Amino acid sequence: MILNLLIMSGYGVYVWSAFLFTLFNFLILYKITSRQFNKEHAKFSKKYKSLNSDQIILADKQSTNRTLVRTVAHKI
Amino acid sequence: MLALITEKSKKILISSKFRNLISILFIIFLSLGLFEALVISPKDYLQSDSVRIMYVHVPSAWISLGIFSIIAFLSLGVLVFKNKNFVLISKSLAPSGFIFNLIALVTGSIWGKPTWGTWWAWDPRITSMLVLFLFYFSYLLSWKIFEKNKAITISSYISIIGAINVPIIKFSVDWWATLHQPSSINVLSESTIHSSMLIPLFLMTAAFALFSVLIFLMKYNVELIKVKNKGLNRI
Repeated sequence: MILNLLIMSGYGVYVWSAFLFTLFNFLILYKITSRQFNKEHAKFSKKYKSLNSDQIILADKQSTNRTLVRTVAHKI
Repeated sequence: MLALITEKSKKILISSKFRNLISILFIIFLSLGLFEALVISPKDYLQSDSVRIMYVHVPSAWISLGIFSIIAFLSLGVLVFKNKNFVLISKSLAPSGFIFNLIALVTGSIWGKPTWGTWWAWDPRITSMLVLFLFYFSYLLSWKIFEKNKAITISSYISIIGAINVPIIKFSVDWWATLHQPSSINVLSESTIHSSMLIPLFLMTAAFALFSVLIFLMKYNVELIKVKNKGLNRI
């Protein structure tokens, strides 16, 4: 059964390479995007923390900033 | 009203809960799709097991085409309405569209070897997919080499001009003599593929679509945080 699944009537090398190439690209794209995401999130978090209380009030006027601050704790 | 909708949709796009939900759905659909595609679905009477490549090749091609069409449509909105959110959405969609286009080309080439006896042929469908790949590449490159305002205009024009290629890809199998078979799945008429092959195809398409949504959400957040970081500098 497992051998049949691997060999696939002689087409295994084509089928498995196509599927593995797809999954490998998924992994690479996810890793790259995740790294960018974490990097920018860390930058934002650092900048936000360096603000004084008046600047925080000003920054929090934008709801997007508030949501971003909340999501720092829930990074993927 | 539009501002309210944009603000609400922004909150959903930023929310990590929504991303987690998409991730879980992606894993479920991918697991089911892989099991159906590699184990359950039958061999083709002509192509034997090599037909299984269809389950990664076709969804990738569909999604790369779909994403490019959305980018072109939004780019038109960027040029007409100067909507900055459309720019962020288009820019965030492009990487997954590009990768799906690459996957469609490479898996198509792998499928071509056992089916047609060649890795590559200058067939209208393959060539037009390669042209789409070049448009994706130019779109992404424009963001790397031009400054922001110029990049917005140039990338928008690239995607709008590239959109002409989308119907060419779709109808290339009807307009020219090609190695590709005519469309087997039609929205308006009955599909010529048996349900035992349609189910894994749709499961894999759903999984790939969910993956592109996941990457889009992450990339959209990256772009939005970049904008907000600049905003914090000005406070």
